[in-house]
Amino acid sequence: MDEFLLFSLPPMMIASLAAIACVLPGNFLLLSRRAMLGDAMSHVVLPGIVAAFLLTGSGSGVVMGAGALVAAGLSALLIEWVTRRAQLEPGAAMAVVFTTMFALGVVLLETTGTSGVHLDVEHALYGNLESLIWLGAPPPELLRLSLIAAVLAFALRLVWRPLVLATFDPVFAQTQGIPVAWLRAGLTAATALAAVAAFQAVGSILTIAMLICPAASARLLTRTLPAQLAASLGFAVASALCGYILAGYAPLWVGLPFTLSASGMIATVSGLMLAGSALIASHRARAAL
Amino acid sequence: MADDGAGNRPVQAKDQTALMVQGLTLRYNDVLALDGASAQFPIGSMTAIIGPNGAGKSTFLKSVLGLVAAEGTVLAFDGPVAQAMARIAYVPQRAAVDWSFPVRVIDVVLMGCYRKTGLLGRIDRRMTAHAMAALARVGMQDFARRQIGALSGGQQQRVFLARALAQGADLFLLDEPFAGVDAATEAAIISVLKSLRNDGATIVAVHHDLTTVAAYFDRVLLMNRRTVAEGPVAATFTRAALAQAYGPALMLDPTGKLGEEPSERPAA
Repeated sequence: MDEFLLFSLPPMMIASLAAIACVLPGNFLLLSRRAMLGDAMSHVVLPGIVAAFLLTGSGSGVVMGAGALVAAGLSALLIEWVTRRAQLEPGAAMAVVFTTMFALGVVLLETTGTSGVHLDVEHALYGNLESLIWLGAPPPELLRLSLIAAVLAFALRLVWRPLVLATFDPVFAQTQGIPVAWLRAGLTAATALAAVAAFQAVGSILTIAMLICPAASARLLTRTLPAQLAASLGFAVASALCGYILAGYAPLWVGLPFTLSASGMIATVSGLMLAGSALIASHRARAAL
Repeated sequence: MADDGAGNRPVQAKDQTALMVQGLTLRYNDVLALDGASAQFPIGSMTAIIGPNGAGKSTFLKSVLGLVAAEGTVLAFDGPVAQAMARIAYVPQRAAVDWSFPVRVIDVVLMGCYRKTGLLGRIDRRMTAHAMAALARVGMQDFARRQIGALSGGQQQRVFLARALAQGADLFLLDEPFAGVDAATEAAIISVLKSLRNDGATIVAVHHDLTTVAAYFDRVLLMNRRTVAEGPVAATFTRAALAQAYGPALMLDPTGKLGEEPSERPAA
């Protein structure tokens, strides 16, 4: 039991908190058809972290987090600029910007030997969930993610009504004096914050999955936004817990002597949940006819 | 002065004008979407904005509301339009939003109460009752708890109108309120608009069905990037003015269903 508390509970809580932090902005990204932004934000984190390390020589989470936030902010501006100047649709502009910046991060990483500080491409993709154990003190990621999830939840509560209106009908929202552009920028910032915090703990694959999969699953099964948000939080935590346990124990159950990547398994579970929701939703739609 | 019902109220003193637009010009990448359009909308009038596709009718409304940055002067109730926004209700084109969005009918109507509840204000029972009354006025009270995606096109349009009613505005700007709606909805909408007008509100609607202009509206603004003609329907909605706005193709089709392409001056 002690072993569970020290070695399994902290990573499971971290995965759940990362999922919660991502799901909150994720629901609104999905509804405003900006789901790709989650993808973009979690990829541009890498060059930000590498650049922060190169500039400061510090490997502390705060410094790297700040670098990642700056990179996220820059890429958000870049995406707007590319969208306008090249007259691309936003999805294409995001894809161009984030792949370029991620590639830049990989090149920086390889040419500067930054990999010495626990930074490598594999780590960037899958994170390091299994190593976030309780060693005399809680892992710093646990506190950081709790704080960020709480801040995002509070902010969402505060701007709920104007945000819903601005997401549903931005043009009408403007006539109601709602600062639509600021809310849009705020959602981008919230996405960046969640992506940076989650990336450092669980890697980019799981971050992208958590930004979209639980919200997309919930959207298929619910008809009001509060219900969608609640269901998406439930899906997120459920996939974090199930995925972690499956990664650690499923191979042992079938007699295989290894474990799987927890992040990879959690992302897979959330994808399977989406597939299940799609099946249920299409079955329902057929039943309603 | 009472409205004589035929829309013959002359535009007189300045204080009788709900909306005054002067020289509205908007350029999108070297294409003129609006070219100095001007118009006046007297208080208590009901105006159809008509013109061919690409004439800038929707853009005209958006520019009036400051949603796109056009040059020119717009005065609403004798002041800058930005200061009169609380008195103006805008009904966008139905196609402008995602109707699969997870909100209920009543939630959409409550969006019209936004200014009343304040920036982050909560919805109380009084506000909900207010929204329900607006829904009842368009005959949609039984649908309040439905998800908006479950509605027909006509029902969706009525919900949009209910949201505008909930705002309690004096000036209503509607973009194609009859596009793709059933006959019952069209009748319900026009009856609500006429009763609003009779209560002193000013109605401005982008309209595409030339056969119903005279029956529904008392004034008309004919435009094709610039104002071609404006005034009471009887004096303004003439064959000559239509030919000027739509091009001679319209002459072949007295119902006005054809001839939507501007024949003159193709867009650059």
